[in-house]
Amino acid sequence: MKAGVIIFPGSNCDHDTFHALRDVAGFETEYIWHKDTSLDGYGLVALPGGFAYGDYLRAGSIARFSPVMDAVVDYVEKDKGLVIGICNGFQILAEAGLLPGALAKNITRRFICRTVELLVERNDTPFTSYYQKGQVIRMPIAHSEGRYYLPGPEIERLERDGLVVLRYHGDNPNGSLNAIAGIINRSGNVLGMMPHPERNSERILGDGTGLGIFLSMKKALKI
Amino acid sequence: MFTPEERDAIKGFLGRDPNRTEEAVFSVLWSEHCSYKSSRPFLKLLPTEAPWVVQGPGENAGIIRLKNGWCAAFKMESHNHPSAVEPVHGAATGIGGIIRDVLSVGARPIALADSLRFGPLSDERSKWLFEGVVHGISFYGNSVGIPTVAGEVYFDESYKGNPLVNVTCVGLMREEDFMRAKLVGPGNPIILAGSTTGRDGMGGAAFASEDLIGDTEEKRPAVQVGDPFMEKLLIEATLEALATGAILGIQDLGAGGLSGLGEMAHKGGLGAEIFLERVPLRVPDLASWEILISESQERMVMCTEAGREREIMDIYHRWDLNAEIIGNVIEEPVFRAWHNGQIVAEIPSEALGACPVRNLPRKEPAHISSLAGKNPTFPDVLWDGALLRLLSEPDVADKTWVFRQYDHTVMTNTAVVPGPADAGVLRVKGEVFGLSLTTDCNGRYVQMDPREGGRRAVCEAARNTVSVGAVPLGLTDCLNFASPEDPEVLWGFAEAVAGIAEAAASLNIPVVSGNVSFYNQTETHRVFPTPVIGMVGLLEDVSAACRAGFPSEGLPVILVGKPGSLPGSLFQAVFSETCGRLDQSDLYYERGLLQAVLEMHADGLLASCHDVSDGGLLVGLAESCILGGMGADLLMSEEPEFLFGEGRGLFILTTSPENEARVQAVAEKHGIPIARIGRTGGEELVLNGKGLSLSVMREAHGILEKEMES
Repeated sequence: MKAGVIIFPGSNCDHDTFHALRDVAGFETEYIWHKDTSLDGYGLVALPGGFAYGDYLRAGSIARFSPVMDAVVDYVEKDKGLVIGICNGFQILAEAGLLPGALAKNITRRFICRTVELLVERNDTPFTSYYQKGQVIRMPIAHSEGRYYLPGPEIERLERDGLVVLRYHGDNPNGSLNAIAGIINRSGNVLGMMPHPERNSERILGDGTGLGIFLSMKKALKI
Repeated sequence: MFTPEERDAIKGFLGRDPNRTEEAVFSVLWSEHCSYKSSRPFLKLLPTEAPWVVQGPGENAGIIRLKNGWCAAFKMESHNHPSAVEPVHGAATGIGGIIRDVLSVGARPIALADSLRFGPLSDERSKWLFEGVVHGISFYGNSVGIPTVAGEVYFDESYKGNPLVNVTCVGLMREEDFMRAKLVGPGNPIILAGSTTGRDGMGGAAFASEDLIGDTEEKRPAVQVGDPFMEKLLIEATLEALATGAILGIQDLGAGGLSGLGEMAHKGGLGAEIFLERVPLRVPDLASWEILISESQERMVMCTEAGREREIMDIYHRWDLNAEIIGNVIEEPVFRAWHNGQIVAEIPSEALGACPVRNLPRKEPAHISSLAGKNPTFPDVLWDGALLRLLSEPDVADKTWVFRQYDHTVMTNTAVVPGPADAGVLRVKGEVFGLSLTTDCNGRYVQMDPREGGRRAVCEAARNTVSVGAVPLGLTDCLNFASPEDPEVLWGFAEAVAGIAEAAASLNIPVVSGNVSFYNQTETHRVFPTPVIGMVGLLEDVSAACRAGFPSEGLPVILVGKPGSLPGSLFQAVFSETCGRLDQSDLYYERGLLQAVLEMHADGLLASCHDVSDGGLLVGLAESCILGGMGADLLMSEEPEFLFGEGRGLFILTTSPENEARVQAVAEKHGIPIARIGRTGGEELVLNGKGLSLSVMREAHGILEKEMES
């Protein structure tokens, strides 16, 4: 079972995610071009961070129409494996309707790059089993549109159903509703998160606690 | 527009008068910005060689050898004038241009550093420019996915109306992948790839070669508009294309646009023939001269092996970029442009880079000796009050507000982010070694004494490099001055370059690339002469990179080096007036100091290391406290000169109690003064029994955030 990293035009964390998956976590990893239409053979598909198509309109709003996104929708619906969207990847998954909610402009109206603390709300998902429930982990965020938003009744449902996996701990850097940093879908095979686990998966980059995301997926896929 | 001498030279090359198109080409390529006609004789002084230099000045970026076949390509460039009239796009396109320069030598761009200067924040326009420039860097740099890992921001009245925006880009490459900006092999096709060509940035190089006087709003069309998305595609496609081996020479289209092909041809001892109707245009009906000199961004031009052009074009097309064969290399050493069947320009290849040198007069400005002859007086200040005042000076204040808007962790190589150490540090994946990056210059020093100011800029960059544990390997400079036609400005320029040359030679740090930016002045203001130095260093073990903050309790706090002096210091500028004579650098001593600190790093003796610069020793100590979240209990002189003097090399170190004697021994071996002044610990900076709390210092230091978000 191999991992695939989608390259959208304007992706800029594709190499980083590839490196974390292959060189650090030990997945067999390949790139997937945005014009590809088949995801056969992949146990994991990653949508990396970046500015797909420049994100001049609204982050992720054009990328969702990429040919590969039809394949991603099919992949999720047929439960062929795991999908993780990081930063811009999360924005694209939300635009494509694979995850609920939207990522609005940061409350500061500025781009924010800094390391944040995250509270692991659930460790019974394929993406977080390496952590303890309630564990505090660290990762950089780097985005200008990361404020998670979902209308009132829906957010309550999201919380009630336990779909919030990661929450900002300490302060809420971008003004996300309920300090939400990462969510999964109802079927539990799609994770979207604004923070970058690939940027803290090695000790040279920080305390290395981002690696748990990749190792959890590896465990779930029995690789 | 041309001097009589230049007009004669053009006629000499052509054997006739230039036509309008040719005149436009010469006006750009013979502008000060492109031709270095006033600065060239002085730049020859700079030491450019060392055994580890792969390429010095003369290509799009300088290249130094790091280790294991890896090289760093780097260069700094200014985008001052565009940023003065259109800060967001001016700064953004400055980044785009320098990234493509590094790409042109065959390197993957991996880091940026921004060196910025503005008028005081109390001036609304300066504040607007500051905010806009930071936004432009953020908008462009973040999108292309290259981390900004270092930089500096200064504020001074002299930069009012003419901010300085200098960007350094560093690329990583294998030595064998080095590409030159030259045309090779008659008959080989010339391909133009990337964005379409439009009227934006028309005459940008010429705009950069005049004062910012009069209605600068009119100059907006001379500012290019940047598209970081296009740039990102161009980077990836170009690296992929280079990897095929089919490209023989490549260059980005910056100042001078397509007419830069003439110089590429000349470098190869050949000529080029291009057909302007094949250039993909953004707007219809561009005139021949407009197509030739347009500075539209995000374009590369290259010559490929004949027969492999399709392979290269297919790569660009796969990335949804334009790529067209616009001409070919010819034997005859002439740059010939055709447009719809007519020859519109025909210029000997050698002519475009052969602008005659201008030997302009120089004269020492009167302010130099009058400042030097004046004895400063100082008010009676208490150290704690003075320290808080200096910490809240925008030059010293915490720059997190700036750095947080730049993506500094993308590419997952950033081992030390901007802020916690004296230089940014990057790892190289799969290797133990890493590299450091810093940019430095204190314009006030250069204004007082350009030669010493030039030396100090190099020394300061070297100290910052050494501070993290890196060996300085090379530097790039961006020389920002007012008009060279003013003899006093040119005198200062010559002196500053001489100072840089002296220090670079003494410290054995070759100058591998650089840029000159003249005419940085308005009707009322003339910038401080500001020769910014960007420096790259090598860390043998990147995981050992040393930070500036006090890391834990109970460590001896040690000073290594000599205390500074007050003339030229921030303390003097704030509490009195800038005057007196700058202490002259002792470069022999400086070299020993740097060696001593490097040896301490190599022996693993240092727990923290911070170079004393703006604000002096006490500011440096406060910074180490703030960064480490750790106080210190110190016993030392309270003389203002000791606490707030600047200029001579001085480092604040901590080590473990067990290693203290070894640190001492290394300093003594190199003949460098060393003193223990106290221990780390607590929540206060305590000086001779009197304490100042971390939270109060933090508050003063955090002024920029408050100023910009209120």
